[in-house]
Amino acid sequence: MGKKINLTIDGKKIQAMEGDKILWAALENDIYIPHLCAMKEQQQSPFAGCRLCFIEIEGKPRPVAACTEPALEGMVVNTRSESIDRLVEAGFNLIMSNHHIDCKICAASGACELQKIAKERKIRLKPKKLVQLDRNLPKDHSKDCIIYDPNKCVLCGRCVTACRTEGTAVLGLAYRGFERMVTTFGDIPLGETDCSGCGSCANVCPAGALIETDN
Amino acid sequence: MKLTNEEKTAAIETSQRILSNYNQEKGSLIPTLQQIQNELGYVPSPAMEVVADHFNVMKVDVYSIVTFYNQFRLTPPGKNQVKVCMGTACHMRGGNIIMDSWKRRLEIDCGETSEDREFSLDRVACVGCCTQAPVTVINEEIHAKVTPTRVEGLLYAYQLDKDKENKKAGEDN
Ligand code: FES
Ligand code: FES
Repeated sequence: MGKKINLTIDGKKIQAMEGDKILWAALENDIYIPHLCAMKEQQQSPFAGCRLCFIEIEGKPRPVAACTEPALEGMVVNTRSESIDRLVEAGFNLIMSNHHIDCKICAASGACELQKIAKERKIRLKPKKLVQLDRNLPKDHSKDCIIYDPNKCVLCGRCVTACRTEGTAVLGLAYRGFERMVTTFGDIPLGETDCSGCGSCANVCPAGALIETDN
Repeated sequence: MKLTNEEKTAAIETSQRILSNYNQEKGSLIPTLQQIQNELGYVPSPAMEVVADHFNVMKVDVYSIVTFYNQFRLTPPGKNQVKVCMGTACHMRGGNIIMDSWKRRLEIDCGETSEDREFSLDRVACVGCCTQAPVTVINEEIHAKVTPTRVEGLLYAYQLDKDKENKKAGEDN
């Protein structure tokens, strides 16, 4: 640890700390790799659930997730190729197929990681070939300073981590499959939990599912 | 759903008794939940809280486990357990319509129990008599080729039985 190494990403020679995950090395050098679930503080045990950060490493037979792959001396990395783009697009489409899209009035619009991915990789926000599945779950307005709209959640799990490190650990992931969601113990509204209203969940939400309000 | 006070105390006492046989090893978390489910027929919130405390994990994580596995119930099983088959054959023959009729008539959602604890509603995947699709199992009894009217009829029959019982109980007193 702590040793500087050289690697090449998309033909650009960069330096990184040995063992740092490639995703962070790339981002710090202005090379964009789509990512939703990765958190820098969580580098040692990444969640790796969004499957959008695929890259190719020369000498490896298959694409790997950039948020779990440690940087090593002399690595040659590609962030774009036909198969990578296809993988990312497929993953992104699946996420978007049950993401409630209302960018026009969404508070996260402009700072939204989903919009960013769509723009960077030239993918439509609304997938063409998949049916849009809106779960129509009620929004949680019970806490003054936070609005939670589960229909916009992409299940990246960042709020859960943030809530545990900075907040009062009320959030968790529950249920399975299509029903999976970020929720509280017994699905009770945030206002009735020990939530301190710290807003750390809203800070890390890549979409508009958790929004901090002024009051 | 609101638990009665007796249900709450039962939940807490049972979980404490079960937990007294286990150390804090996290590997025992699911076995304890299973044992609670076996004894109570469901895993209520107070029980999850006791378990979370014992294993020193966040209670929302216990909730996460209980909602993840189908074997755990969150609500007490009703006196009459209605299970609507949603297997492939039953699904093709309109199993979801039957499910909807039950939901509407019992005024509960799948996985819930009516306020009076008389009925609980669940979905099952193929009970092995696909030729009779769509199938509903009430307690152990199989009802074949169910239609929405049949749902009404079954409930009506149940109501009659209940009235008879009440009358008898009244006479006995
Ligand atoms: S950022 Fe790598 S899997 Fe989500
Ligand atoms: S699918 Fe319902 S009994 Fe087989």
